[in-house]
Amino acid sequence: MSTTATQNEPVLRAHELTKQVSSPEGTLTILADVSFSVLAGESIAVVGPSGAGKSTLLALLAGLDVPTQGFVTLTGINLSELDEDGRARVRADNVGFVFQSFHLVPSLNALENVMLPLELAGNRDARRTALDIIDKVGLSDRWRHYPAQLSGGEKQRVAIARAFAAEPAVLFADEPTGNLDSRTGGKIMELMFELNRSSSTTLVLVTHDTAIAGRCDRVLSLDAGKLVSDSREAA
Amino acid sequence: MRAIAFALRGFLRELRSGEVLVLLAAVALAVAAITAVGFLTDRIGKAVARQANEVLAADLRLRSQTPIPEVWKDSAAGFGLQTAETQRFPSVVFAGDESALTSVNAVSDEYPLRGMLRIADSLFGEQREVNGVPGPGEAWADGALLARVGADVGDSLSVGAVDLTVTAVLTYRPDQSIGFASLAPTLLMNIADVAPSGLVGEGSRVRYALLVAGRAEQVAAFNDAIEDELPDSVRIRSAEDSSERVYNAADRAQRFLSLTAVISLLLSAVAVAMSARRFALRRMDTVALMKSLGATQGFVIAVALSQLVMLGMLGVVIGSVVGYVAEEFLSWLLADLIARDLPDPGLRPVILACGSAIVLLIGFALPSLLQLRSTPPLRVLRHDEMPPAPSRLLVAGLALAAVAALLYRSVGDARMLVIIIGGIIVIAACLYAVGRVLVTTMSRFRSGVGVAWRYGLANVARRGRSSAIQVVAFGLGLTVLLLLTIVRTDLLEGWRQTLDENAPNHFMINVQPDERGSVAGLLQDAGIDVPEFVPLVRARMTEINGTSVKERSYPSEDGRWFANREANLSWARELSPSNELIDGEWWPKDYSGPALASIEEEVALETGLGIGDRLRFQVAGRDVDVEIRSLRKVNWDSFQPNFFVVLSPGVIEDMPTTYIASMRVEVTQQAALVTLVRRHPSISVIDLDSILKQVREIIDKASLAVQAVFVFTLAAGIAVLFAAVQSTIDERRFESAMLRALGAQKRTVFAGVMTEFAALGIAAGVLASAGASILAGIVAIQLFDLPYRFDPLLWIAGLTAGVVLVCGSGFVAARGSVVAPPVDVLRAA
Repeated sequence: MSTTATQNEPVLRAHELTKQVSSPEGTLTILADVSFSVLAGESIAVVGPSGAGKSTLLALLAGLDVPTQGFVTLTGINLSELDEDGRARVRADNVGFVFQSFHLVPSLNALENVMLPLELAGNRDARRTALDIIDKVGLSDRWRHYPAQLSGGEKQRVAIARAFAAEPAVLFADEPTGNLDSRTGGKIMELMFELNRSSSTTLVLVTHDTAIAGRCDRVLSLDAGKLVSDSREAA
Repeated sequence: MRAIAFALRGFLRELRSGEVLVLLAAVALAVAAITAVGFLTDRIGKAVARQANEVLAADLRLRSQTPIPEVWKDSAAGFGLQTAETQRFPSVVFAGDESALTSVNAVSDEYPLRGMLRIADSLFGEQREVNGVPGPGEAWADGALLARVGADVGDSLSVGAVDLTVTAVLTYRPDQSIGFASLAPTLLMNIADVAPSGLVGEGSRVRYALLVAGRAEQVAAFNDAIEDELPDSVRIRSAEDSSERVYNAADRAQRFLSLTAVISLLLSAVAVAMSARRFALRRMDTVALMKSLGATQGFVIAVALSQLVMLGMLGVVIGSVVGYVAEEFLSWLLADLIARDLPDPGLRPVILACGSAIVLLIGFALPSLLQLRSTPPLRVLRHDEMPPAPSRLLVAGLALAAVAALLYRSVGDARMLVIIIGGIIVIAACLYAVGRVLVTTMSRFRSGVGVAWRYGLANVARRGRSSAIQVVAFGLGLTVLLLLTIVRTDLLEGWRQTLDENAPNHFMINVQPDERGSVAGLLQDAGIDVPEFVPLVRARMTEINGTSVKERSYPSEDGRWFANREANLSWARELSPSNELIDGEWWPKDYSGPALASIEEEVALETGLGIGDRLRFQVAGRDVDVEIRSLRKVNWDSFQPNFFVVLSPGVIEDMPTTYIASMRVEVTQQAALVTLVRRHPSISVIDLDSILKQVREIIDKASLAVQAVFVFTLAAGIAVLFAAVQSTIDERRFESAMLRALGAQKRTVFAGVMTEFAALGIAAGVLASAGASILAGIVAIQLFDLPYRFDPLLWIAGLTAGVVLVCGSGFVAARGSVVAPPVDVLRAA
């Protein structure tokens, strides 16, 4: 499914991204003039204190929101030139997500949750593909269970399976261990990096955890909406 | 296609989890109410249509209270038309010692010219259509008549001086009346037996008819030829005239049922709107997620619409089945009133119900679902991101259009539509305003009460707008329930008031002048108070102030009808005690001057007559001129013989006269009546008790039918309550878990929840009582022409119903949120 991108070619590029919102106190700048590019297969961590603009950056990169200025290209496509449906199609073909609060559909069981992006992308072999990946995340005996019947760690495994199922070019993860204890969180990260390596997906990870950030190829630090350091440039 | 498959899976899952049950129930209820009443009115409509063509058993009917001269029969034959003769009169028939008042239909061999008679070979036996009529010496009797006198097929009935053998049970005749008119069961006999029976003499209450049928143009030609030639005493009626009256009667009967169904529908609409909102809100997270995973707006909306259609279809199926069963029950209840055998309903009501469900869902559920389309995908990261609210203009416009469309179909009357919609909007606005006031007031009481109360009142206040909306929903539901109760009670009371315990219970008609002495003696011997014999003279009004009654214009159609019909005149020296003079003066006891008349006030109003007007009557071929000297108010409920026109003494005393009288006869004295009727076969004794009993039965059945439809309204009201509670269920679940986690006992949390519902219930009850009082006044006066009186009990009922219903439904609906283990709730959040 994923758009093939060779190494050394940026799969994701942020160009002078600025995001402003109006508030009772006037215009608030959440992100200011952020530019960087991410190569295919690279894993990067976005770190910074609360309110630094990490989640906003993630939302703009994935096309969930639009920047006030600047633009994002994902697999060479300028997201700013697309309407909401256009961005949705780009996501369907290229993007996977793992969220802090799992975001499983409560009315669907584990298998159906994993099948969801495959079906949205029109995959005819959704069920088999989904069962394969569920096996890989170690839930082969629990695929009939509904989210309410799963523990936090299991829910996140389902979410990871769902994220990798469509073999996305880029996987966005927003504090994937934020709702888990450190032991379960460690196992979940292990699983994510392993799947990332084996499927050579580009990984963009928002986290507070410096240990997790340290396992990524590259770390971007945000503070007060500005990109204050980029480990690749520093190196 | 993918969207539909996806929608179906989701929909089945939602069904199993019970999430969409309230929405489904609301749709099903609306459909059930419409189909039940729709099926019924469809059947009534078919019965009416069938009867409209047969109602005369002919194409044209000439009717008179004197024998119709042969010349008209010959004339019809001259036009190539078929003819038949009938005579109809009331009489008491006997089977041994048992007797019953009967409407005797004596017919010639050609009867009926249109439609078919249906008979059965035994009581409740299978009926079949039949050609021909009973032969001389035979009779076909209505099942009710046989039951009343304890006879069966093969037995003999005495009708006047002849004995007739019952050879079949009469189940249907084309010219039987539809509705309430004919209470006495029919006996069909051959016209050849009338003379030997001795039942028909001078002044007898016989309706003679000449039935005519043939090709339409021949009938029309005959009609044109005779119209101006006919004497005034002969009335001519075509099938078209008759069907119009039948339609009007059926229309009135259907209106009340439709009103009830419409109200159920409106309540269901409120429930649909509320549960659709929740349906959409709960889907918002899923939609945001699907969008983040690449779903387009088109896909999202296709899924939502597919689910809406599935829900609608399931609602229609369930609702139609419930509606059909309810209709079967209703038509069973109403079978006596409408027709013996109602035709099967067509599929039309189901189509109507589908249409209504679609309109209901488009008008009340679609705006919430359309809102889903613009759910920002960013909501997956920021939970407070909401789609822009649907335009208020769109929501209100769609809802109002839907309501108008649904209502107009059932009400079919623009004025009533405006009254209903206007009333509902005004009440809803008042309820909302007062709801807001209540919410603000509640928060002030919080400091002085215990923790449970504080929690409950805080909830009412905190949910601000939502609390006010719930007050509106509860209030509207209660308004309707109360309104129906009032309307039903008032209608029944209005009817029942005519039934006075000590009033005379028997009428004697057709007493010949020379029979008075022997009848009086017979009654006296039996210990029955001898009644006053009131004279009755048949006449026809021909002129008013020198103008023919046919050419004159009248303030109302009823007035025209009255002036042109056969008139019953009486004369009296003194004003009857059941009359009250309201204008003019009564003549002195020994008056012997020019002919004067006293007119009943309503007739005077309808015919536009007043004191000083001159009337000309034709009595037994002679003209009688009278001048109106007074207007009277008549207490008809007294069951005394009363007349619209009473003349002064010395005017009609020498004309052919019969006498009527009313008397009270106790059960132990009834044997005397049998002797009386045996000895004087031409006298008819009408047992008002059995007629009143029948009327009471009819009223009871009719009110039961209304109550059965009323059950839909009640259920719809409860659906609204459930929808309202369900819209806050997630919040409640979380809060009660929090409170219990903080150490509150289940009981405390419950008390808080109940306080909240009680507060809402009181507010809704007060407002509904006020609203229902006002609406009931409007409905009673505008729609049913009944006086309206204020009833304080209504307020007690309103408040009690408010608290009990809201707390009861609230308890059932919210119980789950309180008993759920806190740990599960908090973990899931």
